[in-house]
Amino acid sequence: MAIVETGPMPAAAEEAAARKPARSTWTRLKPTVLALIVPLLLLAFWQVATTQQWTRLIPTPYAVAECMVDFAVGGIFDDAYSGTLLSHLLASMSRVYGGFALAAMFALPIGLMIGRMPWARMLLDPFLQVMRPIPVTAWLPLSMILFGLGAKSAFALVCLGAFYPILLNTVFGVRAVDPKLFEAAAMLGCRGNAQFYKVVLPAAVPSIFTGLRLGLGLAWFVIVVGEMTGVPQGLGAVIMDGRTLSRTELVICGMIVIGLAGYLSDRVVVATGNRLLRWSPNHHG
Amino acid sequence: MAESAIPIVEIKSVSKIFQLQDQKIHALSDANLSIHKGEFICLIGASGCGKSTLLRIIAGFEQPSAGEALMWGRPIVGPDPTRGMVFQDYALFPWLNVRANIGFGPAARGLGGAEVRDIVDKFIELVGLGKFANAYPHQLSGGMKQRVAIARVLANDAELVLMDEPFGALDAMTRERLQDELLEIWQRTKLTVVFVTHSVEEAIFLANRVVVMTPGPGRIESDNALDLPRPRDVASPEFNAIRRVLAAKLHSHHAKKAA
Ligand SMILES: Nc1ncnc2c1ncn2[C@@H]1O[C@H](COP(=O)(O)OP(=O)(O)OP(=O)(O)O)[C@@H](O)[C@H]1O
Ligand SMILES: [Mg+2]
Repeated sequence: MAIVETGPMPAAAEEAAARKPARSTWTRLKPTVLALIVPLLLLAFWQVATTQQWTRLIPTPYAVAECMVDFAVGGIFDDAYSGTLLSHLLASMSRVYGGFALAAMFALPIGLMIGRMPWARMLLDPFLQVMRPIPVTAWLPLSMILFGLGAKSAFALVCLGAFYPILLNTVFGVRAVDPKLFEAAAMLGCRGNAQFYKVVLPAAVPSIFTGLRLGLGLAWFVIVVGEMTGVPQGLGAVIMDGRTLSRTELVICGMIVIGLAGYLSDRVVVATGNRLLRWSPNHHG
Repeated sequence: MAESAIPIVEIKSVSKIFQLQDQKIHALSDANLSIHKGEFICLIGASGCGKSTLLRIIAGFEQPSAGEALMWGRPIVGPDPTRGMVFQDYALFPWLNVRANIGFGPAARGLGGAEVRDIVDKFIELVGLGKFANAYPHQLSGGMKQRVAIARVLANDAELVLMDEPFGALDAMTRERLQDELLEIWQRTKLTVVFVTHSVEEAIFLANRVVVMTPGPGRIESDNALDLPRPRDVASPEFNAIRRVLAAKLHSHHAKKAA
């Protein structure tokens, strides 16, 4: 009676094992090597362009590197920005994660309601669909009037930027549950509200997760705009200051730090997702 | 023996009309069927003749437009764990592993952790999936998924198992193996099974009653008791004789339409 099926996996694993010795180093390094090609080419082009003086407005990579070291640990220029990277980064991170958390706090329950309750959809969906195309930058003046110049405004804009991706993906996840699964749950004795926790929520998790990931990405994306509202601290503030002071190398340093911080933050989210969503065949970012 | 006199399920003059835009579709018209405990009934018929509709009415997923569907004499008002459904496309919960899929029903009934574990162990063993207890559905073959789906309804103490072309998507070998396993489980557990299939051969191999349905509108054409000894040999002359008779009934409506 107990017949055991052998799937294709062991065979594939064997094959991979046989090939291993010759290939392993290259297979391991390949993604890193490939990923570095474009940035290095860009860097080389930048180096050539600035040393050949095709433009005088952009600092050399060396000048930016020097500025970055000074920004991070100080000891080179000893100006207002020396050794301040960490405090600016922390200020931005607190707004990014704070705004993101606030956005998630609203977007998740509203998304679940719009997805599951027809009256909530009729009530909120048209309004939100009209609000959605308004870019965060367009909210800037109004946000400054409402929340004043400063951190609150930055926080609000980041929150707004992260809100829609979380909301829309939550709605989609909740609505896209395979109707067969409700029937399966019902015939197994799980009915009514229990279905929400046992079927709707778990089925929507991958989509909700995608929403959170996009939302966090957008929060980093919006932070410069958010910090244009006259906050003294934060990477966006550094970039805006660099522009007014014509310190382009400082602007570029700020950009690089935002890019790296956003990237690392996304990797953490993706790693968490891969652990949490092991069951999902199409969720490996 | 008094029990077997009362049918588990009784379908009394059931009709089902679906409204599709401005069309009315007669999926079932005046169907009558009594299902007794321990029977293995196969429903066969051309595509669109209402087999799934009849099964879904028995499951409680659909309500009849006219007539009555009764279980133990009481109207079927909705899905219930006593009537387990095995879907053609499995409908396993993709976020639960094999254990948790099988344990879903018992857990939903509020049984304790240890009790659920014992039930799950028993049914994983029954369908031979011990090695895959912790695998997720996307890591299983179609045959394995269908075993999980069967174990899932058995673990829930279903009296009546409804199967809608459960082996339709499987290759011939896996299909034959699962047919054998299903028969063995049916004989051992004294289940009642209603099994929808397109294949006359599958129906004769499995059933002790073959109900032939014809389309336009969906009707029950004939109800055929089979008393071939088991295990049945698909190559035997008796088997082929029955196959010819049923195939003729299955296609009788073509002849009628032509006339
Ligand atoms: N939910 C529905 N809404 C509208 N029409 C439906 C619905 N479900 C079934 N029908 C119609 O009812 C008729 C019978 O469908 P049913 O699925 O019961 O057929 P079937 O015998 O199971 O066919 P198949 O062998 O192809 O699965 C078909 O004409 C179908 O279009
Ligand atoms: Mg069908």
